[in-house]
Amino acid sequence: MSTRPIRFVHRGHVVDVRDVPATRSLLDWLREDAHCTGTKEGCAEGDCGACTVVLGAADGQGGLQLRTVNACIQFLPTVDGKAVFAVEDLSPAAGPLHPVQQAMFDCHGSQCGFCTPGFVMSLWACREQHLAAGTRPSRVQLADALAGNLCRCTGYRPILDAGERMFDDGQTRLATAPVLQALQTLAADEPLRDFNGFWAPRTLAEFAALRADRPEARVLAGATDIGLWVNKQLRVLPELIYSGNVAELQAITIDKGVLEIGAAASLEAAWAALAAQWPQLQELWLRFASPPVRHAGTLGGNVANGSPIGDSPPVLMALDAQIVLQRGDVQRQLPLPHFYTGYMQNQLQPGEFVRALRVPLPKAWTQMRAYKISKRFDSDISALCAGLALDLDDGVVRGARLAFGGMAATVKRARATEAALVGHPWDENTLAAASAALASDFQPMTDLRASAAYRLQVAQNLLRRFWYETRADQPLPAQAVSVYARETI
Amino acid sequence: MNKPIDAPLQLPPNAREVGRSRPHESAAAHVAGRAPYTDDLPELAGTLHAALGLSPLAHGLIQSLDLAPLRALPGVVDVFSAGAITGANDCGPLVHDDPILAGEAGATLRYLGQPVFVVVARSRDAARRAAARAKDVIRAEPRPAVLDAPAAHALGQYVVPPMHLNRGNARQAIDNAPHRLTTQFVVGGQEQFYLEGQIAYAMPSEQGGIKVWCSTQHPSEMQHLVAHATGRAAHAVQVEGRRMGGGFGGKESQSALFACVAAVAADRLQRPVKLRLDRDDDFMVTGRRHGFHFEIEAGHDDEGRILGAEVTMISNAGHSADLSAPVMTRALCHFDNAYWLPHVALHGYSARTNTQSNTAFRGFGGPQGAIAIEHLLDAVARRVGRDALDVRRVNFYGPEADRLTTPYGQPVTDNLVQPLVAQLEASSHYRARREAITRFNASSPVLKKGLALTPVKFGISFNVVHLNQAGALVHIYTDGSVLVNHGGTEMGQGLNTKVAQVVAHELGIPFDRVRVSATDTQKVANTSATAASTGSDLNGKAAQDASRQLRERLAAVAAQHWQGEASAVRFDAGQVSLGGQQMGFAELVNLAYLARVQLWSDGFYATPGLSWDRNTLQGRPFYYFAYGAAVAEVIVDTLSGEWKLLRADLLHDAGRSLNPALDIGQVEGAFIQGMGWLTMEELVWHPQSGALLTHAPSTYKIPTANDAPQVFRTALFDAPAAVDSIHRSKAVGEPPLLLGFAAFFAIRDAVAAAGDDGADVPLNAPATPEAILRAVQAVQSSPRVPRPAAA
Repeated sequence: MSTRPIRFVHRGHVVDVRDVPATRSLLDWLREDAHCTGTKEGCAEGDCGACTVVLGAADGQGGLQLRTVNACIQFLPTVDGKAVFAVEDLSPAAGPLHPVQQAMFDCHGSQCGFCTPGFVMSLWACREQHLAAGTRPSRVQLADALAGNLCRCTGYRPILDAGERMFDDGQTRLATAPVLQALQTLAADEPLRDFNGFWAPRTLAEFAALRADRPEARVLAGATDIGLWVNKQLRVLPELIYSGNVAELQAITIDKGVLEIGAAASLEAAWAALAAQWPQLQELWLRFASPPVRHAGTLGGNVANGSPIGDSPPVLMALDAQIVLQRGDVQRQLPLPHFYTGYMQNQLQPGEFVRALRVPLPKAWTQMRAYKISKRFDSDISALCAGLALDLDDGVVRGARLAFGGMAATVKRARATEAALVGHPWDENTLAAASAALASDFQPMTDLRASAAYRLQVAQNLLRRFWYETRADQPLPAQAVSVYARETI
Repeated sequence: MNKPIDAPLQLPPNAREVGRSRPHESAAAHVAGRAPYTDDLPELAGTLHAALGLSPLAHGLIQSLDLAPLRALPGVVDVFSAGAITGANDCGPLVHDDPILAGEAGATLRYLGQPVFVVVARSRDAARRAAARAKDVIRAEPRPAVLDAPAAHALGQYVVPPMHLNRGNARQAIDNAPHRLTTQFVVGGQEQFYLEGQIAYAMPSEQGGIKVWCSTQHPSEMQHLVAHATGRAAHAVQVEGRRMGGGFGGKESQSALFACVAAVAADRLQRPVKLRLDRDDDFMVTGRRHGFHFEIEAGHDDEGRILGAEVTMISNAGHSADLSAPVMTRALCHFDNAYWLPHVALHGYSARTNTQSNTAFRGFGGPQGAIAIEHLLDAVARRVGRDALDVRRVNFYGPEADRLTTPYGQPVTDNLVQPLVAQLEASSHYRARREAITRFNASSPVLKKGLALTPVKFGISFNVVHLNQAGALVHIYTDGSVLVNHGGTEMGQGLNTKVAQVVAHELGIPFDRVRVSATDTQKVANTSATAASTGSDLNGKAAQDASRQLRERLAAVAAQHWQGEASAVRFDAGQVSLGGQQMGFAELVNLAYLARVQLWSDGFYATPGLSWDRNTLQGRPFYYFAYGAAVAEVIVDTLSGEWKLLRADLLHDAGRSLNPALDIGQVEGAFIQGMGWLTMEELVWHPQSGALLTHAPSTYKIPTANDAPQVFRTALFDAPAAVDSIHRSKAVGEPPLLLGFAAFFAIRDAVAAAGDDGADVPLNAPATPEAILRAVQAVQSSPRVPRPAAA
């Protein structure tokens, strides 16, 4: 049983929480136990942002890292050792408004007001980050920072105005020193071990041993999917082994021409590392879920989840990534396409876990693009997602890695299409042959996101878009082929 | 009954509180997270939580309900079904065809998601876990389900009788017209997606009373339905609501089921019971904007002038009538939008299907009716080869007097469409941008741009005459502070702010001396829903009436005190003066109190001059019309169907605005909401099971900040209302939703640029990337439609 309570910083104090189920959400704790009702429940699935709060953690360089998350799908034990900031933290009950709140007030940024605390917290985190970095966000960057916050009343213009105005008073800042001091105290706590079935090891060795010993337990990473199992499916979960406190699993390194991303690296950190190597991935990064979900969710979780509509596997497959699995202290490595064996099924053996993803660094002769198709730009599940890479030698295709999500029961490579490309000049005839071959690679299905016919047609058309962008003769810039292309980010 | 309002009663010269861009009265509380919604109220000791067990079938016959095992589950206190309802098992707002709970053995399951039983437990989680076993405990025999409106129409299956609105001889006019056009159009439904889900919290009170806190736009109706369901007189039921986290029509009639369930449970158990829906259940149980199918036949001339039109409208009403009849009435009354139509025959069918019962949503059928003619004019413009704006313009109402009567017989006496559109055409640089877009499209093989200007004319008033009434109560306390209560509800639109401004203005006191209290059926009785955009019009007038009575009483006290004329007393900036003498407002109030003068007053308002014959669909249903227009520019990818809104210019008529900041907020928000409806917000039901597949924000996508255009220019058209509305302002809640049409028709314009001139663009709404790509392929493969020869 639990060795100690969950401990975290809230409203300037360390709080101890016992006697809650491991799956109690941070939102329910705030509203029902702490009686801080400023944070709202809009959807209980991390899609509306009304419950946005900010988690603070030491950044390892003496500073405080602030990250928005959705409190509705954040299990309370996962905030152990962190600082929780909610809307009540920003201004005293009878005192002046915080500059973010004042800007929202001045710009008429609230109407019904229900989404407002969530927007305020996203803006607050954005402001603290920019003030710390000495930068200011563009209006588009503000919209990106708010991609996880839905407002049904305003049409967003006044909220974006407020995002600009909140920097007018750049003096008011979070005093990080006391928070860091409190976090330092918490860091001395033992790891949570069996807090009502919740384990939070801090070393890879302990994590691996727990995993091997408890094959029936669930590895919990960001809970951005598992949180819905609890909130929506009302599932009773087995024991949980949390990967979020294992430093080795979050490491991102470059060694010998390979980018290695630890399985528990956040989606935000992982995509930042990928986009640093492949700037053309920036759009997919921004469109991959919302900032709060990218802060909580992990790359390993997205890959291991195995959803056919996950957006990272198509990209990773096009980048020829390998997946590293580990059981005990034994590691093995597979090409990512070999990992998936069927719908939501994979090669993981009992007691085994995803350790990392290894991505070879870009080659000068490789052309690579990633395209996502969905009804909405931000935070929408793909109808289809394509990771497309060609190795070209003097205009001739020497290697092809075309991977699609949303086209089959798993994300998979388009082998027949690839075969139709390799050895041929990258010209319109080859494109036509490849496009025809695509129809033999996939028999997509019709669902609420798109019809089978549309999926196949657009997969073919995206291949054409790729050709427009990468052909030797008069390639078109992204701005000529994508409505979402941005001149500068 | 209706006092002449703008006959100037000594309006204070320097204190035009009305017309100021005040922040929302709760804005500071909103941004601080200190504005409580129903679920934020401190819970009473002993509070229990309810959850609903839902029908697993779209259509079926209940064989048995085996609820006993659920009662044994941990934390469960009570489980009940329809038989436990002591009063009427009905929460239909107009027609009594809407059961609160489906019924017992032998009753019909009408849609997948229909509430069948209620679990009450010590925690919400325990209640939900028990209710989730609905599939196991509802034994039912499946019946064939009718899921789409045209299928129901083919079966002659309606929730209310068909409606017909005729003027002139449409058939003859079409047959005699130089050109004829037959076209179909489909527009989908739309989920309100209020951020605060449905919630009701009921508490037994003394001597058989029940109090319900409820997120509702219609407290009086909640009161009456709760009274019926629990077998009580209305005076034993109190319904209160301070604010909603959005309503948009979704909490007009459909908050009733939850209010009734919470009240029935509280009554049975004599404990406080809260029913807060999970978002998925909210989607599965409640209805939304009606999707419509249109069959249109029209005759037109070479310039695109509509000479006659016959239109069949089929709405998807869902399983019950709810508000489908008035929604269809408003759709029929808005097919004309801003256009003179000499001969029309309009037929409205509200089809009964095995889906959620569709209901009010901002615009209430108006947007559906109006988009049908915009679709027609867009098609006609392509056919005759003219810019769509030019075709729209030749069809506008007026300016001649014989082109100024609506198909339902109401004269359009306040027509603003020409000057408003002309101003927007110029300020948006429509013509220059049209040329630039044509040049862009000629040189861009993959991406195409499109541009559209669409106008709005929207009728203001409830289409049912008797609903156009409101009451208010204004208290002045002896310290000079003022409390206002009125029958309207605050859902974010700023109604309370506007009403407080009206009161502060009348009494000549600072805004912060006025506080608006929660809507409460024990204060103002028999209120109408806050709907049909009428909130400020009705409640503002009622509050003004109450305030004026108080001011007159106070003026009399001051006049007596100073030995002068009451009519010469001035109220301004918290001071009261007469001649050279002056005192503070609070001082005068205290004098009045000592003189035993009544310092509170009721106020009442009924909109004058309305008439409506629901059989012939003729009369003067609207007090006035609100106007607007929008220009949208989009870019479309002809390979994927993806699109982006690049720029929007909005110009909207709010009369002499009571609060320009709030009104601009309504206009912009409505535009984005309308755009969402017509583009990315798609509802999908499983074609066999009838399950709503887009049942949460993970699958139902409303616009985000990145969907707002980078260039977003909004202005209010400067013209006071032609009628005696509250300070000559105009209602602004619903009309600007129709501004979102511009984005849809701009997409159509861009799609057209992918094909030959004159090709029809078969694009329905919502214009998802898939729908757009299908339309692109259609225009690329269809041969040029022969254009009618010029006369």
